[in-house]
Amino acid sequence: MAINSIWVFAQSANGAPTSATLELLTKARSLTPNVSAFTGNGGADIAAALGEFGATKVFVAEHGPQLPGVAVATAMKAVIDGGESPDLIMFPQTYEGRDVMSRMSVKLDKTVLTNNVDIEDGGNGVTVTTPIFGGNTLVSTTFTGSGPYLAAFRPKSFPMESAGGSAAAVSNVQMPDLGTAGGALVDSVHVEASTGPKLDEADVVVSGGRGLGEANNYTLIEELAGILKGAPGASRAIVDAGWVPYSYQVGQTGKVVKPNIYIAAGISGATQHMVGMKGSKNIIAINKDKEAPIFGVADLGIVGDVHKVLPKLIEALRARG
Amino acid sequence: MGKHFHMKVIVCVKQIPDPAVPGALDGSTNTLKRDGKLILDDSDAYGVEMALQLVDKAGGGEVNLVSMAPNGETAGLRTALAMGAAKGVLVSDPALQGSDALTTAKILAAAVQRLGGADLVIAATESSDGYTGTVPEQMAEVLGLPSVTFAKKVAVEGGSLKVDRQTEAGYDEVTCPLPALISVTAGVVEPRYPSFKGIMAAKSKPVEEVKASDLGVTPVGWDGAGQRITNVAQAEARQAGEIIEDDGEAFGKIVGFLESLKII
Repeated sequence: MAINSIWVFAQSANGAPTSATLELLTKARSLTPNVSAFTGNGGADIAAALGEFGATKVFVAEHGPQLPGVAVATAMKAVIDGGESPDLIMFPQTYEGRDVMSRMSVKLDKTVLTNNVDIEDGGNGVTVTTPIFGGNTLVSTTFTGSGPYLAAFRPKSFPMESAGGSAAAVSNVQMPDLGTAGGALVDSVHVEASTGPKLDEADVVVSGGRGLGEANNYTLIEELAGILKGAPGASRAIVDAGWVPYSYQVGQTGKVVKPNIYIAAGISGATQHMVGMKGSKNIIAINKDKEAPIFGVADLGIVGDVHKVLPKLIEALRARG
Repeated sequence: MGKHFHMKVIVCVKQIPDPAVPGALDGSTNTLKRDGKLILDDSDAYGVEMALQLVDKAGGGEVNLVSMAPNGETAGLRTALAMGAAKGVLVSDPALQGSDALTTAKILAAAVQRLGGADLVIAATESSDGYTGTVPEQMAEVLGLPSVTFAKKVAVEGGSLKVDRQTEAGYDEVTCPLPALISVTAGVVEPRYPSFKGIMAAKSKPVEEVKASDLGVTPVGWDGAGQRITNVAQAEARQAGEIIEDDGEAFGKIVGFLESLKII
């Protein structure tokens, strides 16, 4: 089945589409000129930007305080039942994307393929590529049966390029009754403040892990990141342990980063973490265990104690002024 | 809290190959090998602990388990029973080999119904071996339940859930009526270690083993998957660079490396 029509689940933050959304639109328009965006709250406000990146139409499903998973999926299903027939729906691999695609998968009784980094519409069907085992192995999976196919892509899988298009035409979707499944309501939204460059946009990222020993030692990471004008990051282990907020997490369930320099201090390199940082241009790893998998991807690996190496490094960099 | 509330919580637990052993694909089917000894997925220990705490706070109730695993494997389930769960349903069926996440969700949802449903269904946000991460929300849709994924703090107040839900930017406070399904992040609570008494008691706790057909779910396995693995290739390997042992001066290497990249 060839792809003639694509929907992209579009998300926004601070009144602009997220970069993951624009990456998917860029890829989508290379597969077909018939690309629409599908949004939850606030979609009309980003119609211009969505159009610039290739969406000719944006379906807007306002859902108020309801969580987007049930609401947006129900609206998508209603639009499909109303006669629209996307061959493929692309989702960013984010919390909201995950909720919407999971609900859609059941509503359409279709499989959903997640964590992809590429898609191809070839003679043998529509095939997505997924890295596994921390990115060592690439698995190609071809959809079988009829569409709409559902696929989610990791952020930064595709470049983000403007198509110079005009604003997408807004089509407001009447929200169907969500019933009991739509009962979860957001009471309040909390944004955790951060200073310095954003983790997923920084040129330098310095991340700490369990090898730091205790929460207080994370200040070494913040100090080094500050000197290098970079962003501090973290492994899942120390986020789970409550040392730093979740917004610091690099990895499968955290941020995907591709900085010029990634410094991993006291991080062994679990699959979970590696998929979030392997795309970095240069990787420096400091770890006590010389067998740690992180050394397999490091351009410079120091087998040593972070408590000794980091303070000396910070002192040397400070001395340079 | 007012009157005691009999709270029934069902936790989805996955029994996975020991993560300490490197993952491998089955050469004939290109799916993850899951034939070695299985253990309770660490991610699920948090859900079991949270369920036990919520039942405790409600003043009564019980925790049940559902799991899907090959070869009638129960080692991981016994760990959860030893922590304090009362009973479980294990779906073990060779026909399930190759099932996609959607089929898995249908199977687990049917297992929840076999246990008579629950006030609350808890799953981990994702398993430690497969990372698909869609099963909890798919189960909620199959069961017609509201859901809150990525819950990092959970309380029951006046018959509703109050959840702090992790977001990209921070967290949302969410209210959700019961019955409901939540997926919990690791670290949400500190899982207890099973006591010796708990381990002994777990040996005689009931685990009902059923087949997909007992649950009325068809098709399953390869026939049910809307996907076909067409190729497996080695990714272009990143060349490992220079690895040195710290002799007290290794920081200088890092300084030099940063200089060569004109970062400093």
